[in-house]
Amino acid sequence: MIESIISQLRTVWMILKHTLTRWETVQYPEEPLNLPPRYRGRIILSRDPDGEERCVACNLCAVACPVDCIALQKTEDEYGRWYPEFFRINFSRCILCGMCEEACPTYAIQLTPDFEMCEYNRQNMVYEKENLLIDGVGKYPGYRFYHVAGKSIGGKDKGEAENESEPADIRSLMP
Amino acid sequence: MEQETVIQEVLSYVVIFGTIFGAIGGAAVLIWFERRLLGLWQDRLGPNRVGPFGIGIVLADLIKLLSKDDWIPPFSDPVVFIFAPTAALMAMLLGFAVVPYAPDIHVIDLNIALLFFLGMTSLAVYSVLLGGLASNNKYSLLGGLRSAAQMVSYEVFMGLSLMGVVMLSGSFSLTDIVRAQEDGWFIFSQFLGFIVFVVAGIAESHRLPFDLPEAEHELVAGFHTEYSGMKFAMFMLGEYLAVILISSMIATIFFGGWLGPDFLPPVFWFGMKSFAVICFFILMRASIPRPRYDQLMSLGWKVMLPLTLVNLLVTGAVVLWA
Repeated sequence: MIESIISQLRTVWMILKHTLTRWETVQYPEEPLNLPPRYRGRIILSRDPDGEERCVACNLCAVACPVDCIALQKTEDEYGRWYPEFFRINFSRCILCGMCEEACPTYAIQLTPDFEMCEYNRQNMVYEKENLLIDGVGKYPGYRFYHVAGKSIGGKDKGEAENESEPADIRSLMP
Repeated sequence: MEQETVIQEVLSYVVIFGTIFGAIGGAAVLIWFERRLLGLWQDRLGPNRVGPFGIGIVLADLIKLLSKDDWIPPFSDPVVFIFAPTAALMAMLLGFAVVPYAPDIHVIDLNIALLFFLGMTSLAVYSVLLGGLASNNKYSLLGGLRSAAQMVSYEVFMGLSLMGVVMLSGSFSLTDIVRAQEDGWFIFSQFLGFIVFVVAGIAESHRLPFDLPEAEHELVAGFHTEYSGMKFAMFMLGEYLAVILISSMIATIFFGGWLGPDFLPPVFWFGMKSFAVICFFILMRASIPRPRYDQLMSLGWKVMLPLTLVNLLVTGAVVLWA
């Protein structure tokens, strides 16, 4: 009995001490939010340092997406580079989980620390490729997928990628 | 002579209307103040959007409550349903009639002011009971039931806790009680009585931690589940009026009312003491959890009542022999 009364009085004292502590509230629209650079917000498509699209339309992001909000169609240019014909993200479905970013083999799809995407019209939440593509490299400067991959495209044949050895001549007997 | 009586008449009306509007306005502002203070103690901000420091929320709340549909449930007992919140407000407002703000500023200086105050606050309990009963809703009924259980446990020692003060001052008049404290506040000579009266006062005004009739975590909103609009506002206002009334009573009975150093007017001292007690009430709300109602009853009957009786006995002995 006495113990519990002391416990209650201690509670009162601890609450009273909070008179002098500062509030935790961040008054968001007035006070700026300090989001960490790896915050998972609005999704973008990045370009490589040469200004080419990084996305190779492999569909891995669409497969990884738990809410199926990504839709895309692969096409190919005259040099053999793959790129998406259209790339569509429905942000009214997107849960900003970042699975697409983890799945992407070319660092093309990335999440940014921006989350202010309110719209009055639901259809405006559907972002097309021209809304998603940015002009920069995002979080991975200096990465060119086709320069480290074995696929031959116009101006870069097999064996010419970084750290890639010449293709083996399968008709030769030499080791 | 004739002119003086007219002036006194006018002054008494000023005090009456000042009390009514001051109390109701104070109760409305207290809702905002409580939310801000709770925010301070919970490390958040509380309402700060409307007007300076968010005080405009009072007006916004008022407009909202006035424009709401004033619904009387078809399954309720309409007469009692309407009467209950009115009784809550009226009883509490009547209780303000005996509060002495300063030596000559009071609505009426009854020689049984203390009993009148106890009677009025006890009447306010009926509003909770009747409101819970008339709503014809199981949660409301449970709220009313708990209110009755609470009432039988604290009403007894609430009155008894003040008898020590009455013995020491030899009067039921609040003005005399304040005058009797000129050489020492009753909180020192009647400390047990003070503790018991504060507990009973919190229970009387249905404030946390003794808000069992309301208990929004268990009973939706308890006795006022079915109330909306202005009738709900009356219950709300009654509760906050009770807080102000009990606070000013504690200030009057135990902290020497208007007494204080001369550099400030007596009304100010009275107001400051009441304000401090109101802050204490809000601190209780911010910190102490709600007991079960059997715990409350056993606390009332097994701890508070014996404490009061011991206090009464000791005070009686001291008054007799000293």
